[in-house]
Amino acid sequence: MTAPAVQLASPRRRPSRVISNVILVLVGLAFVIPLAWIVLGSFNTEAKVSITWPSSWTLDNFITISTWDTTFRPLVNSAILSFGCAVITVVCSVLAAYPLSRYQMRFNRSLMYVILFGTCLPITAMMVPVYALFVSLNLLNTLWGTVLFLAATSLPMAIWMTKNFMDSIPVSLEEAAWVDGASAMTALRRIVVPLMRNGISVVFIFVFTMAWGNFFVPFVLLFSRENMPAAVAIFGFFGTYGTVAYGQLAAFSIMYAMPVLVLYLVTQKVSGGSFAMSGAVKG
Amino acid sequence: MTSLATAGERVAPAPGSPRGRRAREVRLGLVRSVPLLPSLALLALFLLGPIVYAIYGSLTNRTLTGPNAANPSFVGFDNYARLFASSDFWTSVVLTVVFLVASAIIGQNVLGLLLAVLMKNGTPTLSRTIAALVVVAWVLPEIVAAFALYAFFASEGTLNLMLDAIGLTGPAWLIAFPMLAVILANVWRGTAFSMMVYSAALSEVPPEINEAAEIDGASAAQRFFRITLPMIRRSISTNLMLTTLQTLGVFTLIWVMTGGGPGFKSATLPILAYQQAFNFAQIGYGTAIAVITLLIGAIFAMVYIKVLKPEVD
Repeated sequence: MTAPAVQLASPRRRPSRVISNVILVLVGLAFVIPLAWIVLGSFNTEAKVSITWPSSWTLDNFITISTWDTTFRPLVNSAILSFGCAVITVVCSVLAAYPLSRYQMRFNRSLMYVILFGTCLPITAMMVPVYALFVSLNLLNTLWGTVLFLAATSLPMAIWMTKNFMDSIPVSLEEAAWVDGASAMTALRRIVVPLMRNGISVVFIFVFTMAWGNFFVPFVLLFSRENMPAAVAIFGFFGTYGTVAYGQLAAFSIMYAMPVLVLYLVTQKVSGGSFAMSGAVKG
Repeated sequence: MTSLATAGERVAPAPGSPRGRRAREVRLGLVRSVPLLPSLALLALFLLGPIVYAIYGSLTNRTLTGPNAANPSFVGFDNYARLFASSDFWTSVVLTVVFLVASAIIGQNVLGLLLAVLMKNGTPTLSRTIAALVVVAWVLPEIVAAFALYAFFASEGTLNLMLDAIGLTGPAWLIAFPMLAVILANVWRGTAFSMMVYSAALSEVPPEINEAAEIDGASAAQRFFRITLPMIRRSISTNLMLTTLQTLGVFTLIWVMTGGGPGFKSATLPILAYQQAFNFAQIGYGTAIAVITLLIGAIFAMVYIKVLKPEVD
């Protein structure tokens, strides 16, 4: 763990800092090498399975994959899935969080336990029965069915986070609105939602990112090319005879990963650089 | 979101018979729960639905195609009997436990804690850079991370290229040591979460306590094990539980890197369920595996809720 205590009083933490830095650099290398493979490969038309320094840097990979079928339609599909899922989830969870946060109802506690339990369920383990359910509901290969399923699976965590954010907003402002004759829903829309803007954007981005990166759900529930999101379409770079266009795969990966990386930076700004999920893991 | 007719309900209850008041309270409760309905409907249909469906489906002989696909018949506990008699299943259970213990409980937690401690001691700029790299690995879409790690461990991949450079010949990691590869991959992918939880926890340990112990002559190791660890034990247990549950659901990493193979050598329960249902067309059998995995998840979740008692109110 930390360095052995060899320091005496004065030059404090010097040896421990050096050792810490050395280990940090080693761990950093282990993390950066697989990431560098993607970045270097995307600028190299002769990229291989192992990391290679491009002999000539080029944007050819990006130009080759910039077609509707290969890249843009999958990205649009991903956007439809994640945006639809995030909007539905946020609207539903704000509505649900309101009574849970504001009223003392008899079943509140047990409902919160059920929601907490729901956040813990391994969704991937459920995909076989979900597939069977989608067959019987005739929802297989529909984008909106997949959107609803993604929304349902992100709801427990979203309600949990939204309720925690809402709890931190004092109820006194709404009471003033109630006295003036506003209904609960008006108070929610005009007072609570504007006040918890930051919290809501954190939940939105969190749900969006989870849906954007989800591979298994669309992999099982969607099968036509027209509906495939980027996560599934990435398999298009694997040729039929085991040949892989690694350079194009890397370029596609960068275009696919960029939106969520940017969104992550936005969350850091929104939540003031603190750990954005503290609302979720408070425990 | 049109406003609902709740405004009139909030006025103080008029004096009346206790029975009238009780009826009014029930009605008030019902009106107030209306905003819960959209969420409850979605959860009931798409979360509870599949669970109920799974329990029922695991008792049938449903297949992906053929006559049993349309009209499955009820077979009772046959699927479970076959499952418990199958050595592939028990291998898969062992692999899942190994995967959970090695990659989540030990790997992500120890590395995450180590990184959090080192970042407190290291040069700030360096610490921030390393933290950013670790977090990028976590924010990246899962399938992209999976391909990056596949390329790292592949027999012609980066790891063996580096071993070559120092005169060693690396094995075909994904075939010779598939579990080791996917465990390290999951540590790479998930450590950021533990690192952030522990960084936050460590920043809340008041420095005076450590300083007092230092003055009393406690060594760095003593201070760490006797003071810091006990003070962040709640974060540790919460994080252990959350990473375990998260890792139980890992599919994409293993699927891309090894496909569960060679043979069944890296088929954890989610992979086995998928293979049985879609590659071998045994929906009923695959569903039975899903039910078992859900049960394991449910037990973990129950322990988490009972023992750690996260604040619900």
